[in-house]
Amino acid sequence: MACIEARGLRKTFGQTIALDSIDLRVEEGRILGLIGPNGAGKSTALGAILGLIPYQGDLTVLGRNPWTQRDQLMRDVCFIADVAVLPRWMRVSQALDYVAGVHPRFDRTRAEAFLDRTSIKRRSRVRELSKGMVTQLHLALVMAIDARLLVLDEPTLGLDLLYRKQFYDTLLNDYFDHSRTIIVTTHQVEEIEHILTDVMFIDRGRIVLSRSMEDFEARYVELSVKPDQLAAARALGPIHERQLFGRTILLFDSRDRDQLAALGEVRTPGIADLFVAVMGQSDRAQGAAR
Amino acid sequence: MTIPADVQPDTTPLDPPVASTAPLSTVRPFYWSVRRELWEHRSIYFGPLAAAGVVLFGFLLGMMIVTHVGRSSWAFDPARQGHALVIPYDIAAFAILATSLIVALVYCLGALHNERRDRSILFWKSLPVSDLTAVLSKAAIPLVVLPVVTFAIIVGTQLVMLLLNSTALLLHGVGAGPLWGQVFQSPLDMPYALVALALWHAPIYGWLLLVSAWAKRAPFLWAVLPPLGLCLLEKIAFDTGHLASIVGRRLMGGLGEAFKAAPGSQDVIGASPQMDPIGFLTNPGLWVGLVVTAVFLAAAVWVRRYREPI
Repeated sequence: MACIEARGLRKTFGQTIALDSIDLRVEEGRILGLIGPNGAGKSTALGAILGLIPYQGDLTVLGRNPWTQRDQLMRDVCFIADVAVLPRWMRVSQALDYVAGVHPRFDRTRAEAFLDRTSIKRRSRVRELSKGMVTQLHLALVMAIDARLLVLDEPTLGLDLLYRKQFYDTLLNDYFDHSRTIIVTTHQVEEIEHILTDVMFIDRGRIVLSRSMEDFEARYVELSVKPDQLAAARALGPIHERQLFGRTILLFDSRDRDQLAALGEVRTPGIADLFVAVMGQSDRAQGAAR
Repeated sequence: MTIPADVQPDTTPLDPPVASTAPLSTVRPFYWSVRRELWEHRSIYFGPLAAAGVVLFGFLLGMMIVTHVGRSSWAFDPARQGHALVIPYDIAAFAILATSLIVALVYCLGALHNERRDRSILFWKSLPVSDLTAVLSKAAIPLVVLPVVTFAIIVGTQLVMLLLNSTALLLHGVGAGPLWGQVFQSPLDMPYALVALALWHAPIYGWLLLVSAWAKRAPFLWAVLPPLGLCLLEKIAFDTGHLASIVGRRLMGGLGEAFKAAPGSQDVIGASPQMDPIGFLTNPGLWVGLVVTAVFLAAAVWVRRYREPI
């Protein structure tokens, strides 16, 4: 069953088109990275999926309409919108009490066990915790909820590297079990690309690329071309070209690896490299259309 | 809230049975949401408690002055002084009541505004608590919780005062019995007044909650200026003051609506008014006010649904 299914999902704020009739389908058990520049429509898409904003078009999340059935949906969905949203006045123990009180699928012992591995004290107020600890607390709360969809919107913004790494490691090791679905947006693409099963690029309210990671790895090849082979390589139609340490790096879509290997060193590109290439393309397409 | 029949139930044995969680799903979130308000807004009990502290301090001070300066003027002649002895108890009750009314107004103005300003609304909305439950739990603070808290604190304060007072009287060889009788002459007055005031003020709380949910900034100005402007407009356009008198009666007239002067005592200052529950319950103003409250609260639920963090 699809966890999320959208058809013609559209959202406008006055004259601005935040989501331009997108179609999207996320199967259960996937970890989807939603990548896009600021203002691309990522948060709007997540807001619609979470039932936080009204929208046009058809959208089903776990078989429910997120706008009209939000209260029921929230039993099966968790989200961390940003590290700053835990109320600053709340004590750690109160957060545990409250979530245990209102959420039928919250397993308090699990949250306590996770907190015991951190230096967070139960008596502390959220405002007394460091940013990293607030995220640990939020993660402890969320991981103890037996949810089917977890939405993370820039969950590690402003955290140092150790916390960021620990965050995703914990998520993958202790939480993800192939029956859950995770959607994550972040600017630190390199840090999450090894955990993703799917990647989606979004720009100006449109989905510009949507691939599974297997597909991604099979299709895209980056070639660090030998200087004397540059013309030959360019003839194969790279989708992007950049310079690195005096060498030309070409990015190819659906080209024979062996053929490219003869022209230089080949490797699988990172998501960030492909992102730059695809965004450049979409910029050119946008320019040509005008 | 019931689970729609067409939704496939979870079959994993670890899952809590749906049937046992469904009936709880409206009461528990409400209960915990009210507790949450008490955690966040400690002024709900610290406010009236502070007033009680000030009152007790003043009472103690007054008693010391009186015993030193004019011992003859207060401890003797219980028939004449009896009523004067009770006045501090009324002042205490009014001071605590007034404080808790201010606390209620301030609370309502911030209740749905602060959660948007600090973005914690995104956390609250990430949990299976409906906007209706959230707004009703906040409305329950001025309508239910604060009256109960105020009642308990007033009674507690008056008991402490009585003990102090009785001790002082006994030291002077005067029995404290008549005093207790006077203070608790009509024990139902206070709970009745608190309930009546909460009901009478309900539309004010509803309005403040709505403004709190709606205003992007300065909820206080948004709450006060539009009604004020409308009153002025009416004055300028028609040279009448109907709206102003409605608002004024709503703000200050609660006790006047709930109590009536004791028969034949209109000109006796300090004569205790009598409860008038029938007059109050048959007062159309009460019922119109409650309908308006419901409209304001429904609008607040709707606005909380649509409003984004600020």
